[in-house]
Amino acid sequence: MTEQTPRLRLAGISKHFGAVQANNDIALEVAPGEIHCLLGENGAGKSTLMNILYGLVRPDAGAIFLDGKPATIRSPHQAIELGIGMVHQHFMLVPTLTVAENVILATRPLLSLRRLGESVIRDRRAIERQVGEVAQRYGLKIDPAARVSALSVGEQQRVEIVKALYRGVKLLILDEPTAVLTPQETSDLFKTLRDFTAAGLSIILITHKLHEVMAISDRVTVLRDGKVVGRRVTRQTDTHELAELMVGRDVRLTVEKRAAQPGAPALVVEALTVLGAHGRRLLDQLSLQVAAGEVLGVAGVDGNGQRELALAITGILRPDSGSITVEGKALTGAMPRQIADASVRHIPEDRQQMGLILDFSAADNFVLKQFSRLPFTRRGLLQPATILAHAQRLIRAFDVRTPSPALPVANLSGGNQQKVVLGREIDSNPRVLVAAQPTRGLDVGATEYVHKALIAQRDAGAAILLISTELEEVLALSDRIVVLYEGRIVGEVPGDRANTQKIGLMMAGVQAALQPVERWGTNTNEA
Amino acid sequence: MEWLIGLQALLQATVRMAAPLTFTAVGETYGERAGVINIGLEGLMLIGAVTAYAVAFASGNVWLGVFAAGLAAATFGVLFGVVTITLGANQIVAGAALNLIGLGLSSFIYRAFFGSVTNRAIQPLETVKIPLLNQIPVVGPVLFEQNLLVYAALLLAPLAALVLNRTMLGLALRSVGEHPKATATAGLSVIGLRYAAVAFGGMMAGIGGAYLSVAYANQFVENMVAGRGFIALAIVVFGRWSPLGALWASLLFGFTFALQLRLQAQSIPIAYQFLQILPYVATIVAMILLRGQSAQPKALGVPYTERT
Repeated sequence: MTEQTPRLRLAGISKHFGAVQANNDIALEVAPGEIHCLLGENGAGKSTLMNILYGLVRPDAGAIFLDGKPATIRSPHQAIELGIGMVHQHFMLVPTLTVAENVILATRPLLSLRRLGESVIRDRRAIERQVGEVAQRYGLKIDPAARVSALSVGEQQRVEIVKALYRGVKLLILDEPTAVLTPQETSDLFKTLRDFTAAGLSIILITHKLHEVMAISDRVTVLRDGKVVGRRVTRQTDTHELAELMVGRDVRLTVEKRAAQPGAPALVVEALTVLGAHGRRLLDQLSLQVAAGEVLGVAGVDGNGQRELALAITGILRPDSGSITVEGKALTGAMPRQIADASVRHIPEDRQQMGLILDFSAADNFVLKQFSRLPFTRRGLLQPATILAHAQRLIRAFDVRTPSPALPVANLSGGNQQKVVLGREIDSNPRVLVAAQPTRGLDVGATEYVHKALIAQRDAGAAILLISTELEEVLALSDRIVVLYEGRIVGEVPGDRANTQKIGLMMAGVQAALQPVERWGTNTNEA
Repeated sequence: MEWLIGLQALLQATVRMAAPLTFTAVGETYGERAGVINIGLEGLMLIGAVTAYAVAFASGNVWLGVFAAGLAAATFGVLFGVVTITLGANQIVAGAALNLIGLGLSSFIYRAFFGSVTNRAIQPLETVKIPLLNQIPVVGPVLFEQNLLVYAALLLAPLAALVLNRTMLGLALRSVGEHPKATATAGLSVIGLRYAAVAFGGMMAGIGGAYLSVAYANQFVENMVAGRGFIALAIVVFGRWSPLGALWASLLFGFTFALQLRLQAQSIPIAYQFLQILPYVATIVAMILLRGQSAQPKALGVPYTERT
């Protein structure tokens, strides 16, 4: 690999934003036909580096070489001309346009009288055919005439890739490409990327997921605090070493926990049904029980009723039938406030949409569920001093990294935002905790923190319903695991005998995997 | 046959009254598709009206006046761009300011230069009959016995639709109003596209205003635009942000203008003030009928900053 001229060489790239040194003297080499992972926690400087490469950010110092030639990249336009393509984490597609329109955007002169033929879109079908051919050549299935707003997330990602390929990309950057994909889509994507490299394309994959690095990359560069802290050939390293490099200390990838001491059933859900549009059964006669002092993990592919399950139990969504009982108290159809008063707490799956008011300070977010009561309100007036003291205590207790409790939580990192949610929800030692995707989008350090906090709650006697599409997480934390498929529980396995492959098959709805298992619930429908 | 002649005159007036609305609304459609809402159309039209009148009066050439009106209003469009696109100011507030500037400036210019002039009329824009086509009954006189600016307005809408829907420029404009960041990462300049759109929008509003002074009234009157800039804003929504939609909506509103004039001339026993309300009432009714329908560009009114 050393004799070859690298496709990309970065030398001494530095960039600061205010007082923060986002990139510090970074060097990076990517060979033709290589998949190179850029590994690092949130805030390590991965995105800044790639934005520099794509011309979105100007570096303070450093040089970029493409195929041995020095390159100045001042705009995405120049990056594209040089054969650099980027698939952003949040897709850069115009939803109202068709796939083909998105792909050809800006690939020809806007309005040139001398080259009018190129500026005019004479025949849409011809362009759709052209885009379809490019997609097909690389084995990507998309409908060029479809409107982007009608596509699934996986399909939209394929459009982004086709967009880059159509522009004759030589170096493709993918920013956290699997964050939004199902396991099946992820493996499809990885297969596609392998095919690309066989054709000589170089790929930089930004990620913080260690198993992905091991699964797909040839080499890996690890960033921490804006600096390169390690370079490894993937074959010669392991997840443990990478995790340590990335976080800067010894990390346990497994969660240490004692055997559970389950008590009486705390949360009992019976035959819960939630109907969606056109009478579709989002939850279908679902029954489960969680005992005090245990973690029940709910595994499943996203969109099989996870959302509805969490929302129905916490009272945000009214079930169409079935019952919910918490410590013997019937709470079916109760208001969210009543359910919270019964000591049921909720870590919602989308902390930015449901968990927090982003423009509010950490202090205000901490009291969202109790601000109208003593001691936070007296004689109808909020008590800022009390609220502030409460916030300071929780910030210490939950290790929230923020310069001030008065700072809007929008300015905090994802991990610290989640700690604010955690602080609010578990400070009062709830009897039942519904944790939906509690570590989605968090880095290794923050994930470790959240996991420890959940286990601590379990040991304090809480019944924890863990709903997660990350199978690893379900396996690591749960005392029992149930699998959710199309709104029903299709199987149950004890946590300690968990069989990844079997759970995977159940998640995919493969009936053969469903051996008769001991179940508590009364799944009335045929299984 | 008398009713037929009446209808023909009514429709002829409809097209005449629709032309300035069409210019302005088509221009604003481009601006809004690019993500910039300019509620200062009224002010831009007044600037166009006074410029066209002053230049036509001084030079004796109406077309020079129209040209100058387009240029002057485009300049104000660009100024609006500096404030809203480059400096990122609130587009509604900046547009409101533009209306006040247009009203004050046009009245000031008119009084300063023409306050003591006695014969203020200018040569009207002549009607150009298109041979053969104008022989078609009813349709002929309505569509083919008009002045050149009316023909220009009628051709502008389909041409603007063609550019918007069938060129790379149109594709870029449609993108930038929906998802400016995607447009930027595709390698285009969001700022450049938006400036182009507001400059074009300004120019069209200027020509729309010029029409009122040089083709319709043959003189300038203070505040002569009389709310047409605001009606053009409603037309953009009514036309669902498409140039052809804007043309149809302009004709509909042109009809209400023509109808109220016609009814006044018929001396029917309704106070003329009530008749004059007609176009404005029609605007409100149209907006109510269209409630909840959204073809509105996603990024409309949102300033773009290159933060990553």
